[in-house]
Amino acid sequence: MRKVYLDYSATTPVKEEVLKEMLPFYTENFGNPSSLYSIGLEAKEAVENARSQVASLINASPREVYFTAGGSEADNWAVFGACDAFKEKGNHIITTEIEHHAMLHTFEFLAKRGYDVTYLPVEEDGRVNPKVFEDAITDKTIFASVMLVNNEIGTIEPIKELAKIAKEHGVIFHTDAVQALGNVPIDVKDLGVDLLSMSSHKIYGPKGEGALYIRKGLKISNFVHGGAQEMGKRAGTENLPAIVGFGKAAELAKENFDEHVKHLSELRDYMVSEILRRIPDTYYNGSKEFRHPGNANITFEYIEGEAMLILLDQKGISISTGSACSSKSLKPSHVLSAIGIPVTRIHGSLRLTVGDPTTKEDIDYVVDSLEEVVSRLRQISSVDTKKGW
Amino acid sequence: MALYNDIVMDHFLNPKNVGELENPDGQGVYGSPVCGDMMQIQIKVEDDVITDARFKTFGCGSAIASSSMATSMIIGKEIEDALKITNKDVIDALGGLPPVKHHCSVLADVAIKKAIWDYADKHGKTYKGLEGFDPFQEEDPDAEEEIPDEE
Repeated sequence: MRKVYLDYSATTPVKEEVLKEMLPFYTENFGNPSSLYSIGLEAKEAVENARSQVASLINASPREVYFTAGGSEADNWAVFGACDAFKEKGNHIITTEIEHHAMLHTFEFLAKRGYDVTYLPVEEDGRVNPKVFEDAITDKTIFASVMLVNNEIGTIEPIKELAKIAKEHGVIFHTDAVQALGNVPIDVKDLGVDLLSMSSHKIYGPKGEGALYIRKGLKISNFVHGGAQEMGKRAGTENLPAIVGFGKAAELAKENFDEHVKHLSELRDYMVSEILRRIPDTYYNGSKEFRHPGNANITFEYIEGEAMLILLDQKGISISTGSACSSKSLKPSHVLSAIGIPVTRIHGSLRLTVGDPTTKEDIDYVVDSLEEVVSRLRQISSVDTKKGW
Repeated sequence: MALYNDIVMDHFLNPKNVGELENPDGQGVYGSPVCGDMMQIQIKVEDDVITDARFKTFGCGSAIASSSMATSMIIGKEIEDALKITNKDVIDALGGLPPVKHHCSVLADVAIKKAIWDYADKHGKTYKGLEGFDPFQEEDPDAEEEIPDEE
């Protein structure tokens, strides 16, 4: 059976070149980067090389990049570190309704401990209105966080404008760039952000590795306490092979950026147009203009997402859904709710994200399979597709 | 690896009794599109025996499997015996459902009772198993699901 993975926003396979760089650091080059003899120093050099590679991808200085055990830790560190460091100044935080749970649940935790959190609504295309952001700032606002690219609908947020407003009001500005890294151009100096979170496994690097960019001159509190690793800011013996892998993945992402974006957007656009043309009662959710090149989010009216997911899985296709039935909480996607998609359409939504290994043949197979699966579930559905809801 | 056990997968991938009957004797619809699942069950009745049943379901894999299993379980049964079938019986027959999906079996249970109530109402019949049953109940989209412990 043909296998087609179309969930590159969930995770990506480690590229061969990346794995090749990593492997020696599990065995012969296993030294502790804190050790002062040769294999330790060599390990330290490898970490610093990776730091330069990651910094280069976002136009930061290597001393502004701190490795973490993934994107969620980077997000948690940014929030706790900044909110603790500036707690004398105020207790107000601004974010959006469409952030990743790594942010939302962290804010919920702080809200129970005396912080006041404002969740900004977004426009129909998923973008934050900078005016609405500015209006939400008070003299108690210390921290704001808006994601660079949304993980469900791929919307690119106007971070440069928002960061400028934050700066004018003396508010620390963080962006979760986990989905953006390697997929949209990132220049931290041009964006003007104070903090930026990254993850390795979304850019064909290993899982369990990430990084936080902290603008030179900004002091935030530590999150993981202990040894003096990461310039005394993040304790714990470095995950050496994963750091080396993340560095290599970042280097490849930079080298192949234009080709990668072109490949993804061509296949994504082809897939979306084929689905909308061939399958009736389908809707493309989110912004067409400001969008991650590989992301498509589509509603298939009158049927439910988890049922589609399982039938597609039977055909070797991996995709994800915003339907409540697929989540343990039985809550429909908070992102699709926030952009005003009716809940009936959220249940029938699929997220399909293409990646470097995806081919046009893969897309043709997926569209053929979708046509069959959607038609089959609509025949079973209690909703009359001619009359509608 | 699959999300559900083999019995559930079989009833989802090859559902029995899908569709609609010509001139059904009773029909029940339960669930709401807002909740993400809505089930329609139709029955044919002869001499107080359910001779045929059909379903149409908007919902996830376990909602479709529950509909398929529940309709299979009532066909050929006396109405009073069909009314004794609980959602727990449907879950057991399916070899278990994940706790978060138990409401799918409740949906089938209520839709069947609604169909029988409809038949009884149209034919002036009363059944012991329908005592206390509210045929106009609707699923509450805001209801907090009580999620039982993992079995």
